[in-house]
Amino acid sequence: MNNKSRILTFVVIVAASFGSLKVHSAAGAACGSFLSEDGLTKGECKEAYINAKDKASLQRGAQVYMNYCLGCHSLKYARYKKVSEDLEIPLSMFQENLIFGDQKMGDLIQVGMDPKEAKEWFGNAPPDLTLEAGLRGPDWIYTYLTSFYIDESRPLGVNNKVYENVGMPHVLIDMQGTPRSICKQILAYADNGGIKQDPLTGEQLTEEKCGFLQVDNGTGEMSPEQFDKAMLDLTNFLAYMTDPLKVERETIGTYVLLYLFIFTMLSYLLYREFKKDLH
Amino acid sequence: MVTKLMNWFDDRLPLTATIERHLTKYPAPINMNIWYLAGVLLVVVLVIQLASGIWLLMNYEPTAEGAFASIQYIMRDVKYGYIIRYMHTTGASAFFALIFLHMFRGMMYGSYQKPRELLWVLGWITYFLLCALGFTGYVLPWGQMSFWAAQVIMSLFGSIPYIGEDLLTWIRGDYLISGITLNRLFAFHVVLLPLALIAVVFVHILALHEVGSNNPDGVDVKKFKDADGVPLDTKPFFPYDVMHDLYAIGVFLIFFVAIMFFYPDGGGYVIEYVNYEAADNLKTPEHIVPSWYYTPYYAMLRAVTFPLFGLTAKFLGFVVMAAGIAIFVALPWLDRSPVKSIKYKGIYSKFFLALFVVSFLVLGYLGAVPSTPARTIAAQIFTVCYFAYFLLMPIYSKYETCKPVPDRVPLG
Repeated sequence: MNNKSRILTFVVIVAASFGSLKVHSAAGAACGSFLSEDGLTKGECKEAYINAKDKASLQRGAQVYMNYCLGCHSLKYARYKKVSEDLEIPLSMFQENLIFGDQKMGDLIQVGMDPKEAKEWFGNAPPDLTLEAGLRGPDWIYTYLTSFYIDESRPLGVNNKVYENVGMPHVLIDMQGTPRSICKQILAYADNGGIKQDPLTGEQLTEEKCGFLQVDNGTGEMSPEQFDKAMLDLTNFLAYMTDPLKVERETIGTYVLLYLFIFTMLSYLLYREFKKDLH
Repeated sequence: MVTKLMNWFDDRLPLTATIERHLTKYPAPINMNIWYLAGVLLVVVLVIQLASGIWLLMNYEPTAEGAFASIQYIMRDVKYGYIIRYMHTTGASAFFALIFLHMFRGMMYGSYQKPRELLWVLGWITYFLLCALGFTGYVLPWGQMSFWAAQVIMSLFGSIPYIGEDLLTWIRGDYLISGITLNRLFAFHVVLLPLALIAVVFVHILALHEVGSNNPDGVDVKKFKDADGVPLDTKPFFPYDVMHDLYAIGVFLIFFVAIMFFYPDGGGYVIEYVNYEAADNLKTPEHIVPSWYYTPYYAMLRAVTFPLFGLTAKFLGFVVMAAGIAIFVALPWLDRSPVKSIKYKGIYSKFFLALFVVSFLVLGYLGAVPSTPARTIAAQIFTVCYFAYFLLMPIYSKYETCKPVPDRVPLG
């Protein structure tokens, strides 16, 4: 075996080792009985657009969070001050609009609710959400937030497609309007993937499928598009919460890599010089 | 001035002699290849783990109440704390990736054969210590997976007949996994195990420098020496290997840093997603998996599904798993081949080594995914294949035709 094929064997074995491990890489759980818009896939999460550098989106997300979510869900590993700095919200503005009660800037973001009482009210204490995006993945959060629907059989009158029988009320119902689970006629597909056609007329066949979500027209403060965007911002904010130093980390990482490229190149040249003695 | 200072030291300590013996004049075979890098990279990772570990220790709180929050404190409030932690988590995975390559190199080139049996045994002890370090360290962040992995692994001791339950309570220090268990694992992880690891690695290197490095051809380079007694087919470690290793370390660190800064979760393998949730003894995660570097053995554990000789399946699985890790130590005495390197061994040795690699990778995959009846059967088959490599070795390595080994390292 020459040197080239030896290196090749090495690379193949290393790659195979990693390849064999690449099995359940998708972060977090699949999305319950959530139906895609075309009705073809069930349980697959919608893709959330995450951008840690989009400060405007993070600020809007923080605004929604502090106003609607923080009543129940703490961010107890993070501090107000750090959020205001990272999101470039001036301290005074942050203090006036986004901190409620007598909490200090340097405090961890806690809720006032007693977990024991919360358990009585909702069946389960609302979880802390600092690390939720790491646990479930941003796609799950985004899909979950947009999957509430009216279900009178539930104690709180709502249910969720992603997390069935969840104990959480639809806090954002005023914003979104009244979402319902409906049935729709969709194109029928044959097993081979083609659209089913009527054999006589050649007309495309449809079939009824249930579980689509639709908001009653004019019931919400926001249009469906606006609400969707707000939920993306909120998801982006939670992704930031899990990994608040992503931007800083990647900047430092780039410099470290640059340094290492130069170091490696120089050490290679040095090695090449020494190698000349050997033959 | 420097000479004078060195002389002063040399009169009181074998300083120059030690440096020459272990570094500058250590004769390294000229035909060493890329597989020989894993050893030096392991030393690099050991240093990374020790350094980052010390800094983590400055802010970590080893209590059930505070552990999880203190990790987040390190990640958020400690300046550059996240770099230190990601260094340590990435280092843990790198440690195992490299030690697997290092062990495979030894198996491929017969580096465990006479006179390197003790060297191999010492290396096996470091592997065992590393497994223990990985496990104890994994529990410390006190996330859901930390807690439940500890629960699963420790409960294995409970499956030992007669003494199991009492032994388990004794090991845990409690009737459940609790803060007390965390405290003792913490003590092992930061004091006992690293001390033992450093000591064994040190002796491992001493033993290596006593018998000399093997090489891809398995040729005994000490047979032919020049007038000064230096083996002919070697080169001094400094500068040739040092320069080569420096360059290799650079390449390695590029990959290491890329994962550390840009992909710190490693797709859920370096840091598992379930561990983003604090430990909760009332809520079992749906799917408990160990870290990727234990998955081949986890697959073996789950592969044993039937009781035998009045022993429970769980206990037998535990035995098989432990045997899977332990059996490496027997290699020097299982191999009856007159040649060292796979290059000169016969077709059976090549086949069984390939079978071993495939079994190890397949078991690794099976240990990472939820089990189904078909997967359990696959795990059983590949567990048998894994052990076949070792247990049939005395036969196939003896009765096969090997190629003749040259006296000197072949050129080109």
